[in-house]
Amino acid sequence: MAKGNFRRYDLHESQQNCSLENIDFCDSSTVPFLNERYSRRDFIKGVIASGIAIAGIPYMASGQVRPTSSLGSVERLVSLNVNGQVRRVDVLPNETLVMTLRYKLGLTGTKLGCDRGECGACTVLIDDVDHYACSTLTHRVRNREVTTVEGLENSEGELHPVQSAFVRELAPQCGFCTPGQVMSAVALLKKNSNPTREEVRIALSGNLCRCGAYDHYLNGVMSAAQEINRG
Amino acid sequence: MLKDTMSGFELYQPTDVDNALALVDRFGKNGWLLAGGYDSLDWFKNRGKTPVAIIDLAGVEELRGVREVGEILEIGALTTLTEIERHPLINERFSLLAEAASKVASPQIRNAATLGGNLCQDTRCWYYRYGLNCYRAEGNTCYASGPEALNREHALFGASRCVAVTPSDTGPVLVVLDAEMVVRNSKGEHIIKAEDFFMDPAVDLTRMTVLEPGDLLTAIRIPNTWAKQSFYFEKVRDRNSWDFALVSIAAAFVVEGGVVDDLRVTCGGVQCVPRRLRKVEDFVRGLPKNERTGELAAEISVSGAQVLNKNHFKVSLMKNLVKRAIRDG
Repeated sequence: MAKGNFRRYDLHESQQNCSLENIDFCDSSTVPFLNERYSRRDFIKGVIASGIAIAGIPYMASGQVRPTSSLGSVERLVSLNVNGQVRRVDVLPNETLVMTLRYKLGLTGTKLGCDRGECGACTVLIDDVDHYACSTLTHRVRNREVTTVEGLENSEGELHPVQSAFVRELAPQCGFCTPGQVMSAVALLKKNSNPTREEVRIALSGNLCRCGAYDHYLNGVMSAAQEINRG
Repeated sequence: MLKDTMSGFELYQPTDVDNALALVDRFGKNGWLLAGGYDSLDWFKNRGKTPVAIIDLAGVEELRGVREVGEILEIGALTTLTEIERHPLINERFSLLAEAASKVASPQIRNAATLGGNLCQDTRCWYYRYGLNCYRAEGNTCYASGPEALNREHALFGASRCVAVTPSDTGPVLVVLDAEMVVRNSKGEHIIKAEDFFMDPAVDLTRMTVLEPGDLLTAIRIPNTWAKQSFYFEKVRDRNSWDFALVSIAAAFVVEGGVVDDLRVTCGGVQCVPRRLRKVEDFVRGLPKNERTGELAAEISVSGAQVLNKNHFKVSLMKNLVKRAIRDG
């Protein structure tokens, strides 16, 4: 992971005047990965070794990044409390939480769907409240506790009751929205462990499921609630 | 154009209003105040707006929370919609506001989105949001009012070149409740009545509120005038989650022996500002609160509507909402 991070930052600095937006018009010598020194094989190996999807590069190296910060603005190196672990990470001022989680901390359980707060795939808990990670600046969650779907299983490695209920009730179909649905359901059950079906419906109304498996998810949450209350 | 990433900016996280205002003054036009972020981040990601400095208000605690100040309920502008939806005092006195807040967008958005942001958000006209050079974007045409335009969501009333509508659900409610907006800038504090807070497009097309550059909405004050009266709120939208109102209605009634003593009725989604239905109020005052009064008031409510190609349905929708509000509210 760390290796990959450094590599990306090299990218920013060499690209100050050459964003990916106008890459076609740039002198290739200013863009490391277009330079002949990097063979295609090196590039692919680099990507695999860094464990970072290519998809992350345009996001991270987006235009006009200013590497130095001006007086009073946020420090880029921050500590984040994610799933109970404090992790040091270099965060751009314009970076959203979903980018940090997926492309810097390797927590790809949180999905990136619409990137506009209109689908719910990126739902995570911040201090036990459900939020869209795509529309939360990472710098906002310093000193907060972030929980992603990876942080739900207990110390024995058992799934959270919501997760096992979703398995039992065959809730997901394609599964892309599932981490978000799980997090919304967990947030609900944390504040209301005995919800009505209607309350569950409202709690999950911020998560789209293109397979249309909504009723299965509702069954799952109702079943998880029963299990939690049985203890 | 890369449409998925925000362009670079500096991020400032002040912890009190004075520092936030100092930053606003320092950056002027290049600065941007960030509350919940749901409207703002959309603009940044689409590169519709590319401010140099973002002033993140999330850490300014004095802008949060609900306080009783004498007879007045003061709600910090940064109070989230979820907090408003659940707050016992708001539910007890102004359940209308709690209900409107509960109908905004989706649960996750309500957990972050703020009352101030809901009031100050920009319009949803998609021609404008798409980045076209329309009147509102300081261009010289309106793409939404042309003969081929898709303007199902657009205005019935008060259009002036631009036909966009107010997207806010809480705006009409605060007009009904005679709320006041507390605005601060580096020169001091002033109060604006909710009804005067939203910008008439005939006066200035390029902003939705009367806030000047350098102004910060710090709180919303609701007087006790309409506390615990009978209320009616309804928001009609294409789907029950995430969506903005096609037409919404907020109303408050003082009823004595079946007769309406006093009332306020305001519609959202039909004009660039929350539309207070004064003619309806004048007509209904003193009449029995029943279906017949509602039907007559409904006819009055839409007089002067100027329909566009695709939004005729809003006329009957608005009439039905006015009727229901007066009958059931």
